[in-house]
Amino acid sequence: MSRRRMLATTLAVTAFLADVAPAAAERLVASLTNHHVMITSNYTGVELVLFGSVERDAAGAARSGPYDIVATVIGPRESLRTRRKQRVLGIWVNTAARTFVDPPSYLAVLANRPLDAITNADNRRRLQLGIADTPLPEEINNDIGEVSNDPFRAALVRLMRERGLYSEEANAVTFLTPALFRASISLPAQVPVGNYTVDVKLFADGNLIAHTDSAFEIVKVGFEQFVVDAARDHGLLYGLATALMALLTGWIASIAFRRD
Amino acid sequence: MQIYLPIADIPVNVFLVLAMGLAVGFISGMFGVGGGFLMTPLLIFIGVQPAVAVASVTTHVAASSFSGAIAYWRRRALDVTLALTLLAGGIVGSAGGVALFTWLRALDQLDLMIGLSYVTLLSVVGVLMVGESARAIIRSRQGKPVELRRPGSHAWFHGLPLKLRFKRSKVYVSAIPVLAIGFIIGFLGAVMGVGGGFLLVPMLIYLMRVPTATVIGTSMVLTFLTMVSALVLHAATNHLVDAVLALILMVGGVIGAQFGAHAGQRIRGEWLRLLLGLLVLAVGMRFAFQLVLRPDDLYSIRLIGGAP
Repeated sequence: MSRRRMLATTLAVTAFLADVAPAAAERLVASLTNHHVMITSNYTGVELVLFGSVERDAAGAARSGPYDIVATVIGPRESLRTRRKQRVLGIWVNTAARTFVDPPSYLAVLANRPLDAITNADNRRRLQLGIADTPLPEEINNDIGEVSNDPFRAALVRLMRERGLYSEEANAVTFLTPALFRASISLPAQVPVGNYTVDVKLFADGNLIAHTDSAFEIVKVGFEQFVVDAARDHGLLYGLATALMALLTGWIASIAFRRD
Repeated sequence: MQIYLPIADIPVNVFLVLAMGLAVGFISGMFGVGGGFLMTPLLIFIGVQPAVAVASVTTHVAASSFSGAIAYWRRRALDVTLALTLLAGGIVGSAGGVALFTWLRALDQLDLMIGLSYVTLLSVVGVLMVGESARAIIRSRQGKPVELRRPGSHAWFHGLPLKLRFKRSKVYVSAIPVLAIGFIIGFLGAVMGVGGGFLLVPMLIYLMRVPTATVIGTSMVLTFLTMVSALVLHAATNHLVDAVLALILMVGGVIGAQFGAHAGQRIRGEWLRLLLGLLVLAVGMRFAFQLVLRPDDLYSIRLIGGAP
């Protein structure tokens, strides 16, 4: 048995014990301020707050080191294409493209200090902690797999970061007391609607000792949803209605500004 | 005041969009064009995806050309027969344009196609207009009468069969070139989100020898009809028409157009054409630079399927 596998087994057993044995150490409790984010016509993004506390028994209290929290927020998954431009006959044209299969449309990794200070590279990879260790499978010749050192993957992450859709913040989680923490999740205006999961992991001395899940939903409501539904499900009617609206506007204008 | 656009999926400032509608409306009223060739690039510039911009601008152009057409109708300055013949070609062209639009979007080449069409079309039309109006201005400076119609000079396509008499325009020509012009306008309208007025007006004047008096009114009617068909087709196939965006643009557009029309009447025809030519050329150059200069980011991403 290799060292890595041994470590993995040990960790798995530890996690198992933490889950089942009531006597063992810490329990993690977390909640969000809001489980339904509604997109109305004046929506310009929103900030959610994640609250949580570490409940510990005698074994936990005996632990010497401080706690670390890593919260991962993942939005609805949607396939997308990353395209690269190249100069062809003097103009810039999209020449190469890769399809990413169901990457998260929103990914925020919030922690109280840098991830590499919280746990080692092996753990980060195994727990898919942080953007760099989040799998973003690509479609390659009718097959799906991970491509390492891929410029398309790097571009995807960079563009998503620029849009505020991917983020990794080492100071987003604040401990109010040694056992009580809060983190704010900022959702920019262009976040897609759908279900979001929040996965909170508790580390001590570089080891995962407890975790908990939460979720929230972003929905368009009222008029916004009505327009989207109409446009998608009744395209022809929607088009005719929009055309009618254009005619009315034009007609009203010609009456209002009539000079003769 | 920010408002969230349901289809474009971005929040925009209502007053900014309204001001854009007013400004473009002013220009469209002044020159008698739909203004799509200005509005689409402006929307792309503020962050609306090109596809949504093209599809939504059709609504704005439909509204402003409809109010224009009503005004010309009252003055009897339009040729319904000519407009309907052009429309017959236009609807076929729109359908073809929407199909090409859908296909290019799937191939990741839509943005390139929109850019290329803008460069080619606007540069050619801009140069032609500037040249023609500059000559007209020089002629009038030299005291010679401004000739808009050169009688007797018939091109080959005037002799084609299926001759039709367009009474109000006082021309008797084959329906085939008229249908072809309609097809081109409809096609470009759907692909580029332009009404095509800036193309149709010179084509009718220089190729078909239609008198200027009925050209603008007729072009308004055709623009309005092709834009409505492109709008309905876009809504039914690509689901990209943002009604909220369209409404804000329209309201600004129709108001601006009234003031523009008033201002346009004070400027002499050839100067107006020179100004429009320069404007068209400037927008074309803007797109050309964008295609030729190395982009800031070589990579771009696009969601696959469903909504934009």
